[in-house]
Amino acid sequence: MKLHELTALEISQKIKSRQLSAEEVLDAHLGQIVAVDGVSGILDGNPAAEPDKVHAFITLTAERARAQAKAVDEKLAAGQDPGPLAGVPVTIKDIFCVEDTPSTAASKILANFNAPYTATAVERMEQAGAVILGKVNLDEFTYGSSNESSAFQPAPRNPWDTSRVPGGSSGGSAASVAAYEVPLSLGTDTAGSIRQPAAFCGVVGMKPTYGRVSRYGLIAFGSSLDCPGPLSRTVSDSALMLNVIAGADPRDATAATVPVPDYLAELENGVRGLKIGLSPEYFQITYFHAESGQLETQPVPNVMKNAVLDAAQRLAAMGAEIVENVAMPHTRYGIPAYFVISRVEAASNLHRFDGVKYGYRAQSGITDLRSMYRKTRAEAFGPQPKLRILMGMYVSAAQYSEQYYNRALRVRSLLRRDFDEAFGKVDLLLTPTTPTSAFPIGGLYGDSVLMQYADQLTVPGNHAGVPGISIPAGLDTDGLPIGIQFLGPDFSEDVILRASRAYEIATQAEAWRQAKPPVTA
Amino acid sequence: MSEQITPEVFNHLVELAALELTPEEAEYLRRQLNNQLTAIDDLSQVPLDPDTPVASHGVPYTPATSAPIRVDEWHPHPDPAKLLKGAPETDNGYIVVPEIPHQDI
Repeated sequence: MKLHELTALEISQKIKSRQLSAEEVLDAHLGQIVAVDGVSGILDGNPAAEPDKVHAFITLTAERARAQAKAVDEKLAAGQDPGPLAGVPVTIKDIFCVEDTPSTAASKILANFNAPYTATAVERMEQAGAVILGKVNLDEFTYGSSNESSAFQPAPRNPWDTSRVPGGSSGGSAASVAAYEVPLSLGTDTAGSIRQPAAFCGVVGMKPTYGRVSRYGLIAFGSSLDCPGPLSRTVSDSALMLNVIAGADPRDATAATVPVPDYLAELENGVRGLKIGLSPEYFQITYFHAESGQLETQPVPNVMKNAVLDAAQRLAAMGAEIVENVAMPHTRYGIPAYFVISRVEAASNLHRFDGVKYGYRAQSGITDLRSMYRKTRAEAFGPQPKLRILMGMYVSAAQYSEQYYNRALRVRSLLRRDFDEAFGKVDLLLTPTTPTSAFPIGGLYGDSVLMQYADQLTVPGNHAGVPGISIPAGLDTDGLPIGIQFLGPDFSEDVILRASRAYEIATQAEAWRQAKPPVTA
Repeated sequence: MSEQITPEVFNHLVELAALELTPEEAEYLRRQLNNQLTAIDDLSQVPLDPDTPVASHGVPYTPATSAPIRVDEWHPHPDPAKLLKGAPETDNGYIVVPEIPHQDI
């Protein structure tokens, strides 16, 4: 096996046992990046540049990575333990602050921003011996499901078919892991932004319970919804990374003080006795049809449904009890409620970008402070942030907030109640992750409504705050990955990871498990 | 197609949002907002008991799972110059901005 194909667990074990050096591992991954990634995204770059490459990166920090790898090797030479991620190369979604590196949020307004501090999740990975290869691309401020809205072009492409999107918003994270550029990436999930790109790129992506991982140093979108989490090629690697990043943080009052179990400890213990629920509401999608102006309900494609049913059968054969017809009656309202709640939170969070303290400032046509604000924000925000600010202002305005914002927050109570009642009956829910596999670049972009519905099966978990994971479950007839999702009660990441690992074992002989993205050939 | 957000309402939102838009941008964004509102209007279909509470977050905060509220005290930053390095214009430790317009309230 080639070095860049090793898992994070294998890398840390081989480095700790001195079979490999961290620098050798780094070189192998930098070599893979040179081979498959192509040019990094740049401001006003050409979206069509090198259409057969992945383009996961905005900023490759090879020198910083070299210093970190050397430090790991020196620690080992001195007889010290560098930590559980010893020498493991990782990428960071460019929505996290990393000290003295560009931290852009894929927006022109932060293109010149060098963070003066490091996010907690990143700091914990560095302290555990991880080697950070750089910052990877995303939708501008995470606002999207395809990465096409990034101000840094070319945007990432799907390693399984580079004419298709990698999903989003953690598209650079998922693409970099799928293309064997790194075994681990740190992403964020506000409506599905870890799980959807993980499904599209055929990798594992976990959204932990809200508050399980600190948001300190994460550039905020929806503060009541945002969850940092791992992306990896194996379930065990996500468990390993969650061990490192989870836990209380005095710098984030919303980070839970719940003790962090060892997510690797019971990973192989199987699903015997677990009750796993299937919900009819997760086998259909309701979406707003732009031409007819009507809401339409359709079943999810058979390939998605069958992947879930096949997984249920395999888990049943391993001793799980499958419970059908678990009612989740408010699932379809997840997107409309999200259209309101996330916009209000985004508009509030985006008011800090004003050209005064950091980031872009407009230079011409400025008469006073107010015109500087307007011109700065007009010139440096793309259409997606502008849309979110405007909608957030509208639905929270005094005369509309009862009709929209308060109503959405009350519907959120019902979405949470669906999960509370379901988890009174079952330990986990098993669902498709997405209503489709990766769509073509240009296929949806521009239609902000249809794009949002890509998150229909993932967003209820964000409203409720519960943890979820997407794991690879095969390829469709176009050779594109499909994902299945487990959802569980608050702080049940250990159970979710155990069930995911059981499915991985149950499918390890399948031909699709051996398939690799064509871009890596 | 919904026209809840008329050009007049839209222009007011643009002002509140501290933005400036080209006519083309404004037309596209207003259309998208009205499309989104049509999707949002689906919420009016949800039967809500008067006692259904608002949920500003999903996971409950309890003393067992949350850190106690910390003391509200200030600490000097170890390196203010590093923070100021990101500012577009500074002068001797101050951030410089264009003239602040006077407004009678």
